[in-house]
Amino acid sequence: MTYVQALQCRECGRRVDVAATHACGFCFGPLEVVYDYDAMRGVVTRERIAAGPPTLWRYADLLPVLDGPNNQQDARGASRVDLGAGFTPLVPAPRLGQAIGLDDLWLKNDTLNPTGAFKDRVVSVALTAARSLGFDTAACASTGNLAQSVAAHAAASGMRAVVLVPSDLEQAKILATAVYGPTLVAVKGNYDDVNRLCGELADAYGWAFVNVNVRPFYAEGSKTIGFEIAEQLGWRLPDHVVAPMASGAMLVKIAKAFRELVDLELVEDRPCRVSGAQASGCSPITAAYKDGGDTIRPVRPDTIAKSLAIGDPADGYYALEAVAASGGAMEDVSDAEIIDGIKLLASTEGVFGETAAGVTIAVLRKLVAQGRIARGDRTVAVISGNGLKTTDAIAPTVGPTFEISPNLDDFRTALSLQESV
Amino acid sequence: MTATVRIPTPLRGVTGGAATVAVDGSTVGEVVTSLEAAHPGVAERILDDSGGVRRFVNVFVDDEDIRFAGGLNTAVPDGATVSIIPAVAGG
Repeated sequence: MTYVQALQCRECGRRVDVAATHACGFCFGPLEVVYDYDAMRGVVTRERIAAGPPTLWRYADLLPVLDGPNNQQDARGASRVDLGAGFTPLVPAPRLGQAIGLDDLWLKNDTLNPTGAFKDRVVSVALTAARSLGFDTAACASTGNLAQSVAAHAAASGMRAVVLVPSDLEQAKILATAVYGPTLVAVKGNYDDVNRLCGELADAYGWAFVNVNVRPFYAEGSKTIGFEIAEQLGWRLPDHVVAPMASGAMLVKIAKAFRELVDLELVEDRPCRVSGAQASGCSPITAAYKDGGDTIRPVRPDTIAKSLAIGDPADGYYALEAVAASGGAMEDVSDAEIIDGIKLLASTEGVFGETAAGVTIAVLRKLVAQGRIARGDRTVAVISGNGLKTTDAIAPTVGPTFEISPNLDDFRTALSLQESV
Repeated sequence: MTATVRIPTPLRGVTGGAATVAVDGSTVGEVVTSLEAAHPGVAERILDDSGGVRRFVNVFVDDEDIRFAGGLNTAVPDGATVSIIPAVAGG
C-alpha cells in the first residue's frame, strides 16, 4: 500500500509521475512527493504508528514508499534499506537549560543513529525508494555525514556505492566512509563544486544520487525528526524547535511533518515556532533572513562546521518561508561560539555533538539571550551528528587536565595545583 | 564569439535532444538570446517573468557561477563553455 500519488513542482505546480527526477522539467523548481492524505485519514492513527518498529519506518505511511514491479528484496528478504535509523531519544536537558536560561529544554539526540548522524534517516528512505525504482548503485555528494551513511546503507543492502566529497574533509569522516568499501572520490573543491559535478554525473550515469535525482524521496526522510518529536512529547507539538541549516531541507521538512500531523488530526494545532541555525562562516540563509530580503546570495564557505558548509543552499528559500510562517527566527555563530557550544552540550548533558550541534546550541543560547525564546517555552534542539566525527575542530581546545608519573604524590600535587586555580 | 552551451536533460526536449549547442554571444544574456533564436522556448524555461535567471537555475561560464560574477552581464569569452544546471540538489 502506498499513499504516494505523484511528484509536484513547488515553484510552478506542474505534476509528473513518480520517477528518479528532482527538478521540474519546465522551471527547474524542486519536485515534492504528493500523498493522498484523504485516504490516510482515519487509517493512519497514533495506535498504528505506535505499533510499528522502533525506527523511522513506524511512519512508513507518511514516507515515499513506492509499490511496484521493481520492488526488490535483499538477501535478508527485506524490501527496505534499513540499518535501524530513527526513533532516537528525545531527552530533557535540565542542566543545559539552566545554563542558558530555559526551564523546559529537550534534545533530539540524532547522534545515536547507525552512522552517527541524522543523514541515516534520509538515506534509508532514499535508497529504499531507489531500489523500488530499480537502481543498483547509490551515489551522493557529501560534506561527510551523508557519505558515511550512503556507504554503510549500500554495503548492508548489497548496492554499489559511489560517494564524492570535498578533498579537505575531516580525516575521521574520510576514514569512516572508506571503511564500508565504496568508490570514494575526493574532489578538489568545496561542497558546492562537488554538488555541481554530481548534478552532471546524475545526467551521465544511471545511478541513484540520493541528493540529486532521488532527492524528492530522500528529503522526505527528515520529516521523521518532526514526527518523532511530536510522538515522544506525547503527541503534542513543542513551543519551539531549533535546527541546524545546511541546504535548509531538514528544517523545512520538520515544519512539514508538524503540518501533516495537524492535518491528520494526530496532534492538536498549536503554535510551534521553528528556528534555523547556521555558522557565520557559511550563512547565506541567515544573511537573507537578517536582510529581510527574498534573495539568497551564495557564499564561499569558511567555517569549522563543514557538515553545514553549503554555500548555495537548495532549500534556503523554503527555510525562510517556514521560519517566517511559524514565527521563528534565524541566527548564526562564530567558530569560537561553535566550539563553546559543543563543550557546553557535552559538559552539561553528556552528549558529544559534532560541529553542527555546536552551531545549534550556540544559536539556541543566542536566541534565548535575545528574548526570541522565552524561559518557559518547551524547546527542542536537534542534535544532528556525533562529535567523534569532528574531533579535529575541538582538538586545539581540549586535552588532558594534567600529566603525571604513576605516583600517588604526583597525583596529589597536580590535583591540588589544579584545584587551586 | 562562439560559446558551447551544455544543455541539462530537462531542456533537451527543446533542443531536439542535443546535449550541447554552439551559439554566438559575448555575454550570458546574449547567449540566452541566441539560444532562444535557435531553439524557441528555451528562454522562458531559464528566465523568470522579470527577465532574471530563475532561482532554481544555476549558470556557469566555464567554472564560474555567474552569481559570483556579473549575472546575465557576465562576459563569455570566445570558446567558453556555458553550463545550465538545475540548482535543486544537495543537502
